[in-house]
Amino acid sequence: MSPPTSADFRTRLQDWLPRLVLAPSFATTLIFVYGFILFTVLLSFTGSKMLPNWSFIGLDNYVRLFKLQHWHIALKNIAVFASLYIVICTAIGLALAIFLDQKIRGEGMLRPIYLYPMALSFIVTGTAWKWFLDPGIGLEHVMHLWGWESFSFGWIKNSNMAIYCIVIAAVWQTSGFVMAMFLAGLRGIDNEILKAAQIDGASNWQLYRRIVIPLLRPAFLSAFVILSHLAIKSYDLVVALTGGGPGRATEMPATFMYSYTFTRNQMGVGAASAVIMLMTIAAIMVPYLYAELREKR
Amino acid sequence: MSAIRHETAVSTGRTARVFLYLVLVLFALFYLLPLYVMGVNSVKPLPEITGGNMMALPRAWTLEPWRAAWSSAQIGVQPTGLKPYFLNSILMVVPAVAISTIVGALNGYILTKWRFRGADWVFGLMLFSCFIPFQIVLIPMALILGKLGLAGSIPGLVLVHVVYGIGFTTLYFRNYYAAFPTELVRAAMIDGAGFFRIFWRILLPVSGPIAVVSVIWQFTNIWNDFLFGASFGGTSQPMTVALNNLVQSSTGVKEYNVHFAAAILAALPTLAVYVVAGRYFVRGLMAGSVKG
Amino acid sequence: MGFLEIRNTTKSYGPVEILHDIDISVEEGEFLVLVGPSGCGKSTLLNMIAGLEDITSGEISIKGRVMNGVHPSKRNIAMVFQSYALYPNMTVGQNITFGLEMHGTPRAEREKALAEVARLLQIDHLLDRKPGQLSGGQRQRVAMGRALVRDPDVFLFDEPLSNLDAKLRVDMRTEIKKLHQKLKTTIVYVTHDQIEAMTLSTRIAVMYQGYVQQLGTPKEIYDTPANVFVATFMGSPAMNIIPAHVVMREGVPHAKITDADGNEVLLRFSQPNLAEWDGREILLGIRPEAMTDPEGADRQSANIQTLTNRVSVTEPAGSDTFVTMVLGGKEVVARMRADALVRPGQRFDFAANMEKAIAFDPKTEKRIAP
Repeated sequence: MSPPTSADFRTRLQDWLPRLVLAPSFATTLIFVYGFILFTVLLSFTGSKMLPNWSFIGLDNYVRLFKLQHWHIALKNIAVFASLYIVICTAIGLALAIFLDQKIRGEGMLRPIYLYPMALSFIVTGTAWKWFLDPGIGLEHVMHLWGWESFSFGWIKNSNMAIYCIVIAAVWQTSGFVMAMFLAGLRGIDNEILKAAQIDGASNWQLYRRIVIPLLRPAFLSAFVILSHLAIKSYDLVVALTGGGPGRATEMPATFMYSYTFTRNQMGVGAASAVIMLMTIAAIMVPYLYAELREKR
Repeated sequence: MSAIRHETAVSTGRTARVFLYLVLVLFALFYLLPLYVMGVNSVKPLPEITGGNMMALPRAWTLEPWRAAWSSAQIGVQPTGLKPYFLNSILMVVPAVAISTIVGALNGYILTKWRFRGADWVFGLMLFSCFIPFQIVLIPMALILGKLGLAGSIPGLVLVHVVYGIGFTTLYFRNYYAAFPTELVRAAMIDGAGFFRIFWRILLPVSGPIAVVSVIWQFTNIWNDFLFGASFGGTSQPMTVALNNLVQSSTGVKEYNVHFAAAILAALPTLAVYVVAGRYFVRGLMAGSVKG
Repeated sequence: MGFLEIRNTTKSYGPVEILHDIDISVEEGEFLVLVGPSGCGKSTLLNMIAGLEDITSGEISIKGRVMNGVHPSKRNIAMVFQSYALYPNMTVGQNITFGLEMHGTPRAEREKALAEVARLLQIDHLLDRKPGQLSGGQRQRVAMGRALVRDPDVFLFDEPLSNLDAKLRVDMRTEIKKLHQKLKTTIVYVTHDQIEAMTLSTRIAVMYQGYVQQLGTPKEIYDTPANVFVATFMGSPAMNIIPAHVVMREGVPHAKITDADGNEVLLRFSQPNLAEWDGREILLGIRPEAMTDPEGADRQSANIQTLTNRVSVTEPAGSDTFVTMVLGGKEVVARMRADALVRPGQRFDFAANMEKAIAFDPKTEKRIAP
């Protein structure tokens, strides 16, 4: 027997309305995200300079990209920056979260202090740290005034050390957020498990090492994903703090892409670098999001 | 700020506790330090900074740097101060936040209460769009904005921020509405309410908390954005771009006090939101990073 | 033709059919209960009547009007949900009249209808409260009020009492029954609780694995269950199902069973056609209340058979004492008078009311009709 369909107009409209309302958002996403990605990917295979031109040159842009000294500096910097940034943020975040979870008086006051940098723009953060780390007026100067004449802290002017200044400022901005993630994870642990472990004779150290930290696995994963995603996208902070300098010492893929595309008129190479960035992030985000959505259903 | 107090089973000794407090307070100082430096030096006359101690309190208080940052500092080629850029930011942020939040609410409603085949895929595609490095869309976006005649204009920036914001707002509302009992929607259907009426009368009245989260998140993100503002701002640059131009300008004497005042001015709106509604801000951060 | 007609209706999700060929005809004023374990398809069927799920094939009509494809609000039905589904942002009064408002009923009429329903359900004093401030029982009443105020053709109830505590559940059950007797409305009611089904319904549809296993009055379902599933699902404690051999003694079929100590027990059937099963195995179904101490046996019965068996467990329940023993290799429950002097481990006399016994075909598990 075939399904008898005598749906009245209103019912049919009600069936289609949700899809109609969702359609603009979906179409926008398809065009402005996925269409644009496709566009940039195609562009990376062309000889575009100042404006797009559709003469396809195969993988030449990628070959050129990986021969460029600048790109190598950018890759080395992002590797150093991302690994230090992720490790330090996680360590500080975890330590602060565990410390704060010890029935600390004044927790309600400390937490917002740890977290507020997250509400600031990277440009503001960069500006503040730029002057604070400036040897002329900042920390070094202050130490000299306080009588520590031999104190020297000129990393921001030093090509080899400037990248660590970016790490400091970035850690300052996001470690509080990582703390909040771990704290939420800690508060989600069933207290009876901890009591059971203590009855089993675990010391505080063993308790955290063997029970609590393994239970925080999801928080570690989220922190890793978010931090690596932030690291690869980092553009504003570099611009505000060092402007990519001294020289090209703190060039990152994000600043590289921008300057090659818009100031050096090498759009094809710029597009190729953007594609590399996307692939790196996708390699981290796609499995993570897929797992998260799976878990929900 | 919303975490529930609970009894930790762990007990710590006296010396350990002193150590705990010491570390916690030191870190609080670390986080507060740049804010202190900015604040203190924004009310000093310039010679006191260049010739004096950055950590010291001002000997002569002055609000002149604030006034200069607001209305007379040289930004680019014009001595306009931050005032016009502040206005640009407001004109950009308000419509972008409103539109992306409303669209996100409707999307979340559809993706949870009017599920259709492929709804999860639609959501997955929208969600991933939150996490792309925006460098990948810069070139085509510049071209499209040019074609639409929106390059370098406020409406152009609003469009960009709405397009790349609805992924997050949809995520928020979807996760929030997923916990809302579907039986209520069914009851309203039997009562004769249609698609929009159910949204308006049943869902929206209980959406306050998540709407606040969404608004704060969008506000903070869009206000703090630099990449899009610098790329597509043209003559309508937002606050962050103006601040960067001011600080990076290589002409003349570096007026540190003005820079600090300007930085605080640029940070003030989001800081104010954080102080007033920090609880929601944190909730948005967590929902944007972990599950809902 | 019935008031509510469900004809050859099936429901599939993709390739999986979860409701098979349902055929139920409900008369006006009937109280039909759909009962079955979770996952049997009873709620899906109710949602199909409501129009919340579409019908894969077949037809559902109300008052002669085919409802396939008709929007829920156009079916003139009302529904009470398991969670009550009260709109949290509206007051009780607004909750009840929301449906009328959506259907464009003028305010004055709404007020009048609200006052009537509120009086009927004794919730007058709650009208300005929000659902969050109500107790479970009060919420239940409001949910019913919301359904009543619409004056629908059919009321649909989806496990409306399952969120209440035991005491309140019994009270509300009575209340619903009273309401039905007073208003004479047509009701379709879904529950997994067989006592609710027995007490409330005029007819019961027992569902299992997407099939209606049996449709009938509570008495039919209880006394002549169509198969082993219905027999064991309805009634508490469940009907005992004992494997037995049919043997002929003096031309009359008997059930041959071994007791707890391996002795042979013979129980005479009251069902002559079981002679056809001579020498074969059947399943003997006998309810706990048909297995008693000899003093508690039903005096009306024409066929009381006695047997002796060793008792394994006794459970005094106040009004009765339940006795567990092994019979035919299965645990069997007997329902004794509260003061019956039974002790575990001892042999004791039992009286089996074989008039109430039912025989099932062990292969198909269907009842062997007399």
